[in-house]
Amino acid sequence: MSTAVTTEQIETVVVEALESFGAEAELIAPDATFEALDVDSLDLAELSQIVHEQFGVELKSSDVADVKTVRDAVELIASRL
Amino acid sequence: MRAGAESGRTREVGLERVLVTGMGAVTPLGVGARTLHERWCAGECGIDGGEGACKDFDPREFLTAKEARRADRFTQLAIAACAEALADAGWETEPGSELPYPPERVGCVLGTGIGGIATLIDGQDTLRERGGEYVSPLSVPLMMSNAGAGALSMRHGLRGPSFAVSSACASGAHAIGVALRMLQSGEADAVVTGGSEAGLTPLARAAFGALDALSPSGISRPFDARRDGFVMGEGAAVLVLERDEGARARGARTLGAIRGYGASSDAHHLTAPRDDGAGQAAAMSAALADAGVGGGDIDYVNAHGTSTPLNDRAETRALKLALGDHSANLPISSTKSAIGHLLGAAGAVEAVATLLALRDRVAPPTLGLSEPDAELDLDYVPGSARPLPVRASEPVLALSNSFGFGGHNAVLCLEGV
Repeated sequence: MSTAVTTEQIETVVVEALESFGAEAELIAPDATFEALDVDSLDLAELSQIVHEQFGVELKSSDVADVKTVRDAVELIASRL
Repeated sequence: MRAGAESGRTREVGLERVLVTGMGAVTPLGVGARTLHERWCAGECGIDGGEGACKDFDPREFLTAKEARRADRFTQLAIAACAEALADAGWETEPGSELPYPPERVGCVLGTGIGGIATLIDGQDTLRERGGEYVSPLSVPLMMSNAGAGALSMRHGLRGPSFAVSSACASGAHAIGVALRMLQSGEADAVVTGGSEAGLTPLARAAFGALDALSPSGISRPFDARRDGFVMGEGAAVLVLERDEGARARGARTLGAIRGYGASSDAHHLTAPRDDGAGQAAAMSAALADAGVGGGDIDYVNAHGTSTPLNDRAETRALKLALGDHSANLPISSTKSAIGHLLGAAGAVEAVATLLALRDRVAPPTLGLSEPDAELDLDYVPGSARPLPVRASEPVLALSNSFGFGGHNAVLCLEGV
């Protein structure tokens, strides 16, 4: 499964998740920080669930604690595939 | 009564008057405190299909998408009622705006009977259908009964004591009573208080139905011989309470005063009130004593009046016990005839309705009451509103009754302007 997932696919899932959390779509970009997007620990907990469902990747709250940007999140997920 | 009250516990500490400076409500009659008052007094009923839903309430008018998904409906209703109340008080309502008092001197006490029951049900459905790993991390922060108080505190930067009060259908009145004490004790300079409930779910319908508490006819007609149970509603009301000194200093407009608060417990049965009304009467007497007035000083009673056979009979007996012969000489009506029973929000919504009725010197009607019950022989203002007779030189006073499953009784003595 993991070999079939592209970075673009991960990015799409992450962006859609952030939008569903209420982040402003026009602000979402690879280098946008979660702080700027008003994404907090509760959003990251939800994101972890979505990532688990979509890609089978398990992310603990300690894993995402250092994630600051959209790109960080995508790269972390890609590294766990 | 007056002398006894003055020598009592609550008089010894030189209590300051507590004023109501802002009010807001979202009810089945619409968004807004005045909407509730005007439509009820016009004889309009917000009950449809056997329930009192807040159909006019659109959370998107008050909340961003992010805020809305971070709040159960009971919290959304509280946020909307609070925005109206703060604006009514002349406070800034934009989240994070400066308060008229030091933030740590502003408290928040919000009543709810159940809290975020729809969130709880969603979580349970997810657990059963998909498994525990899919239950939302927002479940707990949305369902917890203190979520409303927490949301108002965070939204408006209220850094004084904030918490929820829960006593089933007396929650809203207990919350206001606790807020009153918080101000009287000097723990806060202002308290944002009230109640909120959003329980219109299949689970609550089935559960109240199993108790034979809900009206099978879907009609709320308190004190009528045909009354057959309560009609469930949803909504919220928020009041801004300030100490007299602080309110004067900032030139606040006064909408009324919380003159007294009395609470008691039946210690009798999980759901049924004491049939003799003694527990409810004790709360009314305590509220009168706390206000330093006698039963004969009361101009109007906003009854708990649920439209259940048991409550309306016990409450009538309680009114006679607490007010004596005067109980036959004053108008008594039930807001629940117009909006149904808002459970943990009821006490707060009804306090708002009562203060507006006092201000306009009107006795709002008990709608749907057309077949008197021989045992219930007080003046329940059947059918339509009428002018409230008041004594020119005296403050205009009312009692607002709230009684909850568990035998919790809370009564507010309210003064109109």
